[in-house]
Amino acid sequence: MGKTLYDKIWDSHLVGTRSDGNSLLYIDLQLLHEVTSPQAFEGLQIAKRPLWRVGANLATPDHNVPTESRELGMAGIKDLISLEQVETLNKNCKSFNVQQFDILDKRQGIVHVVGPEQGATMPGMTIVCGDSHTSTHGAFASLAQGIGTSEVEHVMATQCLVQNKAKNFQVRVDGPLGKGVFAKDVALAIIGALGTAGATGHTIEYRGSAISALSMEGRMTLCNMSIEAGARAGLIAVDDCTVEYVKGRPFAPKGELWSMALENWKDLHSDDGAHFDNTLSLQAENIEPQVTWGTSPEMVCGITSSVPDPAVISDPVVSESARLALGYMGLEAGTPITDIELDQIFIGSCTNARIEDLRIAAQVVSGKSVAKKIKRALVVPGSGLVKQQAEEEGLAQIFVDAGFEWRAAGCSMCLGMNPDQLGEGEHCASTSNRNFEGRQGHKGRTHLVSPAMAGAAAVAGRFVDVRSFF
Amino acid sequence: MESFVLHTGFAAPLDRANVDTDQIIPKQYLKSIKRTGFGDYLFDSWRFLDSGEIGMTPNERKINRDFVLNEPKYQGASILLARDNFACGSSREHAVWALQEYGFKVVIAPSFADIFYTNCFKNGLLPVSLSEQEIDALFVNAKQGNRIEVDLERQCVSVEGHDSSYTFEIAENLKKKMLSGMDDIALTLSQSELIESFEATHKKHQPWLFRD
Repeated sequence: MGKTLYDKIWDSHLVGTRSDGNSLLYIDLQLLHEVTSPQAFEGLQIAKRPLWRVGANLATPDHNVPTESRELGMAGIKDLISLEQVETLNKNCKSFNVQQFDILDKRQGIVHVVGPEQGATMPGMTIVCGDSHTSTHGAFASLAQGIGTSEVEHVMATQCLVQNKAKNFQVRVDGPLGKGVFAKDVALAIIGALGTAGATGHTIEYRGSAISALSMEGRMTLCNMSIEAGARAGLIAVDDCTVEYVKGRPFAPKGELWSMALENWKDLHSDDGAHFDNTLSLQAENIEPQVTWGTSPEMVCGITSSVPDPAVISDPVVSESARLALGYMGLEAGTPITDIELDQIFIGSCTNARIEDLRIAAQVVSGKSVAKKIKRALVVPGSGLVKQQAEEEGLAQIFVDAGFEWRAAGCSMCLGMNPDQLGEGEHCASTSNRNFEGRQGHKGRTHLVSPAMAGAAAVAGRFVDVRSFF
Repeated sequence: MESFVLHTGFAAPLDRANVDTDQIIPKQYLKSIKRTGFGDYLFDSWRFLDSGEIGMTPNERKINRDFVLNEPKYQGASILLARDNFACGSSREHAVWALQEYGFKVVIAPSFADIFYTNCFKNGLLPVSLSEQEIDALFVNAKQGNRIEVDLERQCVSVEGHDSSYTFEIAENLKKKMLSGMDDIALTLSQSELIESFEATHKKHQPWLFRD
């Protein structure tokens, strides 16, 4: 029987079975940031253990770096607890000799933007990071997973992850995507269909003509949100688009090694007849621009729909969740999505802060103005290099002219660990990945959307059918 | 890590599905560089009405009397009953640390998110999966103040004074690890030759992955 892509990467990294029966999976790259690494480094220090392989680690601060006054570097971090955390990363990288793109390095950014941008993310690899959105890197046919801090320490010390193999889940999306519909909408439609636990215990592989037609940026957006469907990892097979993206990047192999790698990467797809434990199929042309209305990414609908009525949901647990969500969001059942008024706009995060995302949003807002009622509209590029490119392409100017604030790279308002946060009761159109209660600020109300929709919503002050912009 | 063999205690029923790790421990507390100090902030935005920061103690907060963990009869509960897909979302191990520091030894739910489930076994917090119906029965018992026993060796949950018990599934390797409480890293490093030998072959096949 044929193997799935996941089976192939698993098999090629399986070190063996530990004495207690657990599998050991070899890890090629560990990405580190300031929030989930300090306790792991401390654990190594206490036990006097070295890093197993220093060169397999790459670090950058992203979660709580401020996105204003970046030129001040560390002095720009006013929150002393955040400062200590970023300082600790600096100190640890120095003492363990780990390569870091620090706060003043133009290569600094969100780990899941930086890895691919540098070519550190390559096909066929195993990648981990103490961050659940590590699934992003699966766009390169690399098995990339978010892990806890104990696992971070374990990988630091042993280069291995202790793991039981997951099942295979195939998500097929075929047909052409409509105008004004993007990878983010596909991701949200999939989560809406699967539910946030739909792929728990599985690795997803995204397949079909709509997936092949996506750019690498789009594929990263899609794989990024695999965890929102419960899957630790999401994968897409290697094709020319993947290879073209990796070619020539700083960490990518050159010369003879490049040819050798290309030969190896050819096999990074599921074989015909490979067995999937589960399958979900969607037709791309049926997917509308998506907007979340609740407090879980599965609480999502198309732009032409209305907020659902919990009273008509038959499953009592789902109905109760919807009722609680509407209470938190301050929304009435039956409200058309296009009637939801907004207070803030956030374009950024590891889901949607790459150059293509900014190009699309800029295209929508070009020559227009952010609605007067919007209190703040932020654009936070995913990395210093994305920022630089967007400035060179004139995108930054388009945003600023429209009334957006143009910021420095970081996770920013996706989780509001830094000063970028929502106020109580404020509704935000956000290109991030989680609409959990309080995620973007205490009692803040998040609506997850694509960069195009966020741009259109900024101009209108409420949600609109962004398809009319294209 | 402390081993887990058997635990008996009172249970607190949290009647919500898809409880995410942002609710278990909100982001502002993740700025800490320590593994401890999170118990006071467990379920922070449900337990308290005000917005908290690191360093604040429960005494200086506005308590949400309506939240189940604040009800007098659930003080001292050491087993948390929850609904489907408990602890979904972020990979933050702080969620496990906060639950343990608050006093929980066991979480019982129909299902758990993968990363949280793994994190539990790194710290000695036992996640137990039971069916929705069995959990409904435990909810009733928790509300009646009956003590619940969780026996990992026998893989069963029982209610004090009742004959019936519920068996649960758990992977043999995870069970063994929990019962022994052994150090994961030391155990792996005891087989470092296996890793070295794999690494040498891997490097030969995919040398571009080794920049060092």
